[in-house]
Parts: sequence; structure tokens; C-alpha cells
Amino acid sequence: MRHLLRRVLFYLAAVWASVTMNFFIPRMAPGDPVQLMVGNMQKAGIKPTPDTIRTLGASLGLDTTDPIWLQYVKYLNDLLHGNFGLSFTNSGMPVLAVLNQGILWTLGLGTIAVVIGFLLGCTIGVITAWKRNTIIDSTLSPALTFLYAIPPFWLALVIVYIFGFTLGWFPFADGYDTSLDITVSWDFISSVLYHGFLPALTLVVSSLAGWMLVMRNSMVGVLSDDYVILARAKGLRQSRVLMLYAARNAILPNIANFALALGFVVSGQVLTEIVFSYPGIGDTLFIAVTQRDYPLIQAAFLLIALGVLGANFLADMLYAALDPRVRIEKGA
Amino acid sequence: MAEYSSSRRQIAQLNLGMKSSGERVLGAGRVAWRALTVNRKVAAGSIIVGIFLLVALFGPLFVPAGANIITHNGNLPPSAAHWLGTTSLGQDILSQLVLGTQTSVLWGFFSGILVIVIAIVIGLVGGYFGGVIDEILSFLTNVFLVLPGIPLMLVLASYVPPGSLTISLVVAGTSWAFGARMLRAQTLSMRSREFVAAARSNGESALRIIFYEIFPNQLSLVAANFVSTMIQVILAFATLQFLNLGDSLQASWGGMLYWANSQNALLAGQWWWFVPPGACIAILGAGLSLINFGIDEVADPRLRSEPKIKVPKIKKAVA
Repeated sequence: MRHLLRRVLFYLAAVWASVTMNFFIPRMAPGDPVQLMVGNMQKAGIKPTPDTIRTLGASLGLDTTDPIWLQYVKYLNDLLHGNFGLSFTNSGMPVLAVLNQGILWTLGLGTIAVVIGFLLGCTIGVITAWKRNTIIDSTLSPALTFLYAIPPFWLALVIVYIFGFTLGWFPFADGYDTSLDITVSWDFISSVLYHGFLPALTLVVSSLAGWMLVMRNSMVGVLSDDYVILARAKGLRQSRVLMLYAARNAILPNIANFALALGFVVSGQVLTEIVFSYPGIGDTLFIAVTQRDYPLIQAAFLLIALGVLGANFLADMLYAALDPRVRIEKGA
Repeated sequence: MAEYSSSRRQIAQLNLGMKSSGERVLGAGRVAWRALTVNRKVAAGSIIVGIFLLVALFGPLFVPAGANIITHNGNLPPSAAHWLGTTSLGQDILSQLVLGTQTSVLWGFFSGILVIVIAIVIGLVGGYFGGVIDEILSFLTNVFLVLPGIPLMLVLASYVPPGSLTISLVVAGTSWAFGARMLRAQTLSMRSREFVAAARSNGESALRIIFYEIFPNQLSLVAANFVSTMIQVILAFATLQFLNLGDSLQASWGGMLYWANSQNALLAGQWWWFVPPGACIAILGAGLSLINFGIDEVADPRLRSEPKIKVPKIKKAVA
């Protein structure tokens, strides 16, 4: 119970910290965001009137003479009421509505890719640890080390080139066939799966190596533990020793490190969405960044941060449920 | 410990006669050589990283002047004149790659050092002082550990003027948390050691104890952490350049990929344009990872793959 309380407090504080960062970054930035946006509009051939400029400043909350603490309180109040402002680049649509369009795409793609990547990575980790000193381990381990170092966005480019362009097996832009209406029909769903295949493949391949390497090293350690040796000495089936005795304990570091790994996975997903023009939050954030649409940037980042914090909280709770030691020890 | 080894050295010098400074350099070289060859992975990784360092330092000397000049020989596949072909604007890709290696490796090194400095200050100060200072710094560290790096970098980069210096500051500002956490844990365990207590009773200031007494004892940890930081930083740097948030006119690996992508090199089938820069990032990253895994193996013998006495197998593996 104490552990649970500590974690809840930490995540609440972390949410507060990301919100506060979101508030201070624009105000501490060296450049003037309004000038940057005006510059971008001029580049695009729009001549902003003094009126527009004032509106831009107002929408960022930068035009007031309020003391900073009052601005901060107002900002928090706006957030609590779901008031994130308007997006400049989407013809003045509320920011939340813009993000709403992307959230299911991101969640769907991300969840499927994380689950497949995690299961596959852990399985390969178990196999390479078990088959240590054989050809399987001595080829797979270096290969995955190399894979681990491949930049996710480059992997996405190569996958687009091979499967999308050269072989022509899969489409490599958009989340679905844009000539179809968004309805719950077989045509639409199959087009979503078809379009989602390459982005999901990219995410699985780029996250696989991380899970696998941690699992392998942890498994190697567990396999020489006394209770595993005893289990083998008892004559239990190899598969039983491997999965129910060794892997069950070896998987703990992977779950404990879920927080760190998820940061990489989400970063990878943002890049993958950008390369594939996938209609998720990551691509929205990137388009907003290139056009300096600050209200949208802020809200998209906040949404991603909250999502990651939430997922981490769940992983933390799962870890506490799986490993009784965590509940008793004074965790960090 | 230091006294012991120095007296041993004196005895060794008495036995062998005085050593010249040249011999001492040789000795240091031998120590470095042993460190590099003690483990196969470390050796392989060091060779890869060494080659990239050489190219970064001396490669640009061999690049003919005006490698970035736009010519009418666009879209050429690899040939004797252009070993890696040309871009759609007729720039020689090999020259760009060599210049890009310099940018990416040296800026990566610079950001890596920045990251380590931040990690050292936050980790050591928090770990040494404890109490409220530690609570605040640990909380900050944990928040930065959890927040995803690339989205945070995107947000920060959208507010700063584009350029290599600014993105390396952005990368440094978002990548220090892992090292800080590790160094803090190490400092916590060192804080109650005798040599620290002795320094404290000598009346040394806290800052002096942290940076002159504790820090030198963590150099090996810092070095190991620097390797993994470099991987992270080079990747992040290339990513921001690929997204055109850096200096798009300066040749760099990420920048080359940005131009290749925006000039539709993929659709035109110009693999020679987008494969080499990505491969360079991956190979350098793999080299650094190998060093890292090698260090892990030296520290934890169970991870080594040297043949050992096997537990007799009762049945065939059913994995």
C-alpha cells in the first residue's frame, strides 16, 4: 500500500512537472514565438495584419501584463477546463479536436507494435540465452546489436524503399485508403490493417533488439541460479524449466525498465509516423513543429507525456503485482 | 591504495633502474592496449569507433575543395569517378559523407561531453548532499527519464533558432537523466566511505570533496556511461537533422537523409544516396554498443560466451 501511494504521488508530481515545463518552455525560449510564426506566415505568402499578430500573442497568453504566477494559474485553469486554444494551421480548429483525430491511430498502432515487439523480443532473448555458445546465439546476438543501433527513421526509410517502393507489396503513406469513407466496414478495416503493416513492422523491428538484449542477459544470469539447476536435476521437462522457472523471473528487469524502454518506443513511433505520414499524434506534432503552430505543439506534447506517464503507471503496478519484493522494499 | 602502488612502483624502479619518460608512455600504452584487447567485443568496437574518429579528424583533408558544389551530373549511380554516386543536384555523395562524418562525430562528441557534465553535477551533488536537495534532483531525474526524448526535443527545437549548436544543446538538455541516476547511486554508496569522512574532518569544502575526492573514483563509471551516451546523442542529433531542425546546409548524416527524403531519392531508387549515411550511423552505433556490452561482460563474467563446464543435459532442449 505504501509503495502504491509513493508511485501515485510520483506520477501526479510528474504530470505537474510536464504541465509546468509546457508552461515555461515558450516563456523562456530565446526567440519570440510570435515573430517566428509571423515569419513563417510571410514565407507562406500570407501578410499578417497587426490585428492577427495581436491575436497570435493572445492565443499564446504572451500579450498580458499579468505577473507570471497569475499567468500560470490561468494556464492551469484553462487546462483543467480542457481549453487548449486554437490551432493556427488547421483553419482555427480547437487543438483538442485536431488531436482527437489522431489519438486512436497512435494508440492502435502503438499498442499492437509494443505487444508484438515485447513478446517476440523476450522470446528471442530466452532462446539466445538457452542456446548460448551455439550458432543461434553467435549469429542472432551480434545481428540484433546492429539492429539496436539502427536509427528508427532510417529503418522506416529502408522498409519503405524495399517493401513499399521496390516490391510494391504494401502502401507506405496514410493510415487507410483515402478514397474510402471512415466507416465500420470490412473494406475500411482491411485497408487500415494493410496500411498499418509497414509502420508496425518498423516499430516491432526497431524495438525488438532492446527487449531481447535485456532478456538475454537477465536469462543468462537466472539460468545459473540454484533453483534452476535444482529444477533440471529433478528431471523436469526443459520447456517447463525454461518458461515456468527461468523466464518467469528473468522477465522482471524488462518490466522494471518498461519506463525507460517506452520512452524510446514512443520516440520511435513519432519518427515512424512522420516517415509514413501516418495520421497519428506524432505526425501531427511534427507538422505543428515545422509550421510553428505553438498551441498545437504544446497540447500534442502534453498528450504524449500524459500517455507515457499513464502507461508507466500501469507497468509499475504490474511489476509490483509480479514481484512481491517491490511491495516490501522501499523502492526508489 | 595510491600510496601502496606508488611504493610498489618505486621498488620496481629500484629493480629495473630509473625509467625514462618514454618507457612510461610505453607502459601507459600497454595498459591501454590491454584494456582494448581484454575482450573481443571491446576490441571490435574500438576498431570501428577508431576508424570513424580517424575519418572525422583527417577525412576532410582528402575531400577535394567544392564538394558541395552543384553540378549538372545529377543522379549518377556509383562509378569510378563518384564512388558513391551523386545527389540529384550533382554533389558527390562520398565527399558529403566524409564531411558529414566530421560534423556528426564531432558534434556528437561535444553533446556527449555536455550530457556527461550535467549528469555528473546533478548525480554527484544530489547523492552527496542527500535530503531535500537530493529529493528535488532525483525527482527531476526521474521525470526526465520517463518523458520520451524525441517529442521533448521536437518541442524544444521548435522554439530555438535552427543550428548545430542549438540542437546539440537541446539534445544535451534532454539526455542526461540516465547517467545522473547511475552516478547518484554510486555517490550514495561512496559518501559514507572512510576517505570521504577523512576529507570532511579535514575541513574540506563540500564542492571540493565532491569533485576532488569522490569524482576521481567514479571515472570508470563515467567512461562507461559516456559510451552509451554517445550512441544516444549521435542518434538524437541525426534525428533532429533528418527532421530539418538543425543546419540543413551543413553536410551531416541526418542532413543527407533529409535531403535524400525530400528530393524523393526513395521513389527514384537512388539507394546510394540514403543507404550510406544511415549505415554509418548504425555501424558507429553498433561499434559503441559492442564496447558497452564488452565492458558489461568484463564486469559480469556470467555474460561471457567462453566455453565453460556444462551441466549435463538430461533431455534434448525443446525450446
